Amino acid sequence: MTSKVPFRVLQSLGLLLCLMFSFAAPSFAQQTDPRPMIDALSKADFGEAEKLIGQLAATGDARLVPALNAFSEGDLYFRKSDNLVFIGKAAGSNYELIDPVTGASAGQAAKNAVTKIKINNSLRRVIRSAMGGLTLLSPDRGVRLQAADAVLRSPSAENLELLETAISKEADREVKARMEEARAVSLLSSDRSIDEKRAAIATIKNYGGRNAIGILMGASASLDPSLKADVDAAIASIESGQRLWDIGQNVWYGVSLGSVLLLAAIGLAITFGVMGIINMAHGEMVMLGAYSTFVVQQLIRDNAPGLFDWSLAIALPVAFLVTGAVGFVIERGVIRFLYGRPLETLLATWGVSLILQQTIRSIFGPTNQEVGNPSWMSGSFPVGGMTITWNRMWIIAFSLSIFVALLVVMKKSSFGLNMRAVTQNRRMASSMGIKTPWVDAFTFALGSGIAGIAGVALSQIDNVSPNLGQSYIIDSFMVVVFGGVGNLWGTLVGALSLGVLNKFLEPSVGAVLGKILVLVLIILFIQKRPRGLFALKGRAVEA
Amino acid sequence: MNTISETRKKSLLYLDNVCVAFDGFKAINSLSFVVEPGELRAVIGPNGAGKTTMMDIITGKTRPDTGTVLFEDTIDLTKKDEADIAQLGIGRKFQKPTVFESHTVWDNLELALNRSRGVFATLFYTLSPEDKARIEEILETIRMTHRKDEYAANLSHGQKQWLEIGMLLAQEPKLLLVDEPVAGMTDAETAETAVLLKEIAKTRSVVVVEHDMGFIRELGVKVTCLAEGSVLAEGSIDFVSNDPKVIENYLGR
Amino acid sequence: MISGFVFRALEGRIVAAVGILLAIGILVPALNLLTPADSAIHIPTYAMSLFGKYLCYALLALALDLVWGYCGILSLGHGAFFALGGYAMGMYLMRQIGSRGVYGNPILPDFMVFLNWKELPWFWHGFDWFVFAMVMVLVVPGLLAFVFGWFAFRSRVNGVYLSIITQAMTYALLLAFFRNDMGFGGNNGLTDFKDILGFSVQADGTRAVLFFMSALMLSLCLILASAIVRSKFGKVLVGVRDAESRVRFLGFRVENIKLFTFVVSAMMAGIAGALFVPQVGIINPGEFAPANSIEVVVWTAVGGRGTLIGPIIGAILVNGGKSFFTGAFPEIWLFALGALFICVTLFLPRGIVGTIQHGFRSRKAYKAAAEAEKGRDAQPSVAQAAE
Repeated sequence: MTSKVPFRVLQSLGLLLCLMFSFAAPSFAQQTDPRPMIDALSKADFGEAEKLIGQLAATGDARLVPALNAFSEGDLYFRKSDNLVFIGKAAGSNYELIDPVTGASAGQAAKNAVTKIKINNSLRRVIRSAMGGLTLLSPDRGVRLQAADAVLRSPSAENLELLETAISKEADREVKARMEEARAVSLLSSDRSIDEKRAAIATIKNYGGRNAIGILMGASASLDPSLKADVDAAIASIESGQRLWDIGQNVWYGVSLGSVLLLAAIGLAITFGVMGIINMAHGEMVMLGAYSTFVVQQLIRDNAPGLFDWSLAIALPVAFLVTGAVGFVIERGVIRFLYGRPLETLLATWGVSLILQQTIRSIFGPTNQEVGNPSWMSGSFPVGGMTITWNRMWIIAFSLSIFVALLVVMKKSSFGLNMRAVTQNRRMASSMGIKTPWVDAFTFALGSGIAGIAGVALSQIDNVSPNLGQSYIIDSFMVVVFGGVGNLWGTLVGALSLGVLNKFLEPSVGAVLGKILVLVLIILFIQKRPRGLFALKGRAVEA
Repeated sequence: MNTISETRKKSLLYLDNVCVAFDGFKAINSLSFVVEPGELRAVIGPNGAGKTTMMDIITGKTRPDTGTVLFEDTIDLTKKDEADIAQLGIGRKFQKPTVFESHTVWDNLELALNRSRGVFATLFYTLSPEDKARIEEILETIRMTHRKDEYAANLSHGQKQWLEIGMLLAQEPKLLLVDEPVAGMTDAETAETAVLLKEIAKTRSVVVVEHDMGFIRELGVKVTCLAEGSVLAEGSIDFVSNDPKVIENYLGR
Repeated sequence: MISGFVFRALEGRIVAAVGILLAIGILVPALNLLTPADSAIHIPTYAMSLFGKYLCYALLALALDLVWGYCGILSLGHGAFFALGGYAMGMYLMRQIGSRGVYGNPILPDFMVFLNWKELPWFWHGFDWFVFAMVMVLVVPGLLAFVFGWFAFRSRVNGVYLSIITQAMTYALLLAFFRNDMGFGGNNGLTDFKDILGFSVQADGTRAVLFFMSALMLSLCLILASAIVRSKFGKVLVGVRDAESRVRFLGFRVENIKLFTFVVSAMMAGIAGALFVPQVGIINPGEFAPANSIEVVVWTAVGGRGTLIGPIIGAILVNGGKSFFTGAFPEIWLFALGALFICVTLFLPRGIVGTIQHGFRSRKAYKAAAEAEKGRDAQPSVAQAAE
């Protein structure tokens, strides 16, 4: 506590100073004409140039950024006739000259009429940090944020005052926070007081993340020995925070895997969970959905490349209809003859799966097909200490919305009502005028169609090959059985908990062993609770 | 207190304050039920009264949530499973006749015989003359001697019911639980079944669950009426069928 | 007692089948060894090995039939027991290579030297001794079946649930055996065998003996299966298949009955695997693939489950077909196999032998049984009998 009191005082003092400076700075920038300083570059050696750049940076005039940029790119020239400096662009055999401050064109000059101003790497570094400082005052929020990031990446004590100016004027909270971080980082290498540095360490600690650890470790060597304890404590605290983020990241990976499992299993939750059909060709429905996406994308590439970002949206109904139709045919052609004989159904549908696989292999070949990601599914964004990729994000959102949609269909629609009636008491349903064979066929088609939609999503993260389905079939059955047959919520909870469990086992035992352990755990779990997590109880189940 | 422990001591089967709930639905609600040795008892009650669940509890298929289930006053049936309870001497006939369809009538009875039931005992079992005589005797009792080599799948519904009763006899139980033995039988078969059950009850206790009031009247024994998982009335058929609660709940107006 | 047990097994059809099997077991090697290569009746070594492989598959199908056809447990993991038996034999054969391996290490198999292992893992000890390895061929699959079955049958995991977790079991083993750290050669498995009991595995004479052993073991297992099926135990087994709760209420311990059968069947599958490995010269994790186990089911179904001869005929027919198709029209094979799965379940539920056998029974009996089956199947769940 004692150490914090003077720190507070100093902080407010510093703030006061900053405020005063900030009132002074703009007028200062207005008054000084930068042009002579730039022109001085024509005769300066490297050491003098460095000083000049420092003075330019101190003007806080954002108009200078293009000139500095041109200098570091080696595009700054002086005219031999009058030693005036311009930005030069090659235009045929001549150079197009541009005024370094206003950006206005200043006519052309022959190549031999101008001389390039020499640049070296140490100058480039100075320029970079000067530019960072200058852009901190840009009216554009995005530019300011980028500038703060640039300073953060290559901190330098020289920017400190400019940063403080910028902070005092900054209204945007996010940009301001970033600038505070940059200031703290820059402060560590400055000759400011130990207390100020201590405060800076605290700021960096709050900022957190792997970068912060790197900065602190790098800085700790050159810092005053009395600050070592603070640095160590900050690193430790960041690391423990990081551990929490790591757990968060693991949960995220787990939820993401869980959503994949949910996608694969949700169609099965209908065909197996609700209807009691063991459909071993379920994985092939997923595969057909993925191939539908492939075909849709091929057609779009050939005929309307502009629609590519819409390809998944177009593929969804296509995949649903294709796989739904295939499911309908399978139910009418094979499964309906086998109701009440689950083991036979298992064998016959396995046969169907072999035929579907081989059909796809004959048409498209055995190799992986390239299914592209639309732009909105690529890339990632950070959340605290975690990275979240857009495709995983969308897949989670997508699987949850399918789940909700299915729940609504089951509970609210008249088709859902008929479906539940038929599965609960076939004879009663049929005597009430429900066409049970059609309900069976359409329920199975619905389950298959959902598997197809799942295939559209899975085509974004998995190899699209004829074997795609096989890798999901065992997992999907595990999810449905684990969650409790006949219970959609059980499938949701089952998928997510298996996904998270898998991802938490992975770091300590490796991916393969983790998966084996999960399988063994499920096998043991089923022994303990043969009807899964959310089992229906009582006589009705057994009747 | 004294009379309760007296009844318990004398009883063959003793259920007291038994409760079972399935997902909150009370299938059996503080049910008490006593069967004495050598007694033939009929149980009636509307659908969902808990008749089958009561049998499930006695035979170890369902565990009660609370309550006492004792066999011969000392054996706690709630701690045993189906095979143990069957070996103790409680036989059960299902509502739907359940025999081994792909075995002959003879094999069905041979399997049911009360002999050692271990894996190796059955692997090395050979039919002894006594066992042969016993099976022939049972065939006689259930009037199926002429069909002994027939596959059970080929029997009529009534014959399957009898074969199942024959299998229970072969099991030599002390207590026989019979669930709707005359469902789907012709009048003649029903009458014959009543005779058969009365004959069986001479040497052991029998509990019969039945809907057929004519059949119960024919048996002429003490009747227990269940409703909503507990006993509504108990006594002679005339007493029970005049009870206003029974009429309200079961017999109807 | 024992003699009665065996005597019961030797019923007409079984005696005939054993006779045919043993005749094949002697005749094929004889035609291979004793006739000149250009003779019309000469059987080339590759054909003998191929047929020897079929005999191993036939034994595997017989093992599956014992649990599925007679006890109603559809195991989708029998390939795992087969592969474990094969690995036990493979480990023996690996130890016999000695210093003739690529790296010339007298103790460590090549893949261990390659992985830079310094000493033999504990579970490889003893496998240089043939008797020990043969005991392990029985014990390892038997133990796995015992542990798995002990949990599963006790908690009454039934029907499709059991099928699914047996499939998960073999899938878990597949993943495990793919790992190099497991010490079973990872991806590549065990191969490059040299000798068995001092005889080269490549030599025609050794192959002839292996072929005969396959026929002999198949015959012995057929007699054992027949003895089991025809005993009172076998009748209980069928009872478990048809009306499990009735068996239970008659006082039998259904879990013990299933467990015994499952373990015996797993051991038979292990024997099949052990005979298979020296004849094909390799064992790798691919044998654990769930698809393999399901294929065994179709052999059994084609031949006729619930008959003892059926699975043998089915395994030989389907695998013969597979060899023909994959050689002549490789693209068509999976279509044919898929269609076979569908057609057998839809149109030939009893399989070839089952259908023929059934033809002998009266038409009336057939109808009644079909009715009864329909009635029983109308209620798919486990405990319908208790209602």
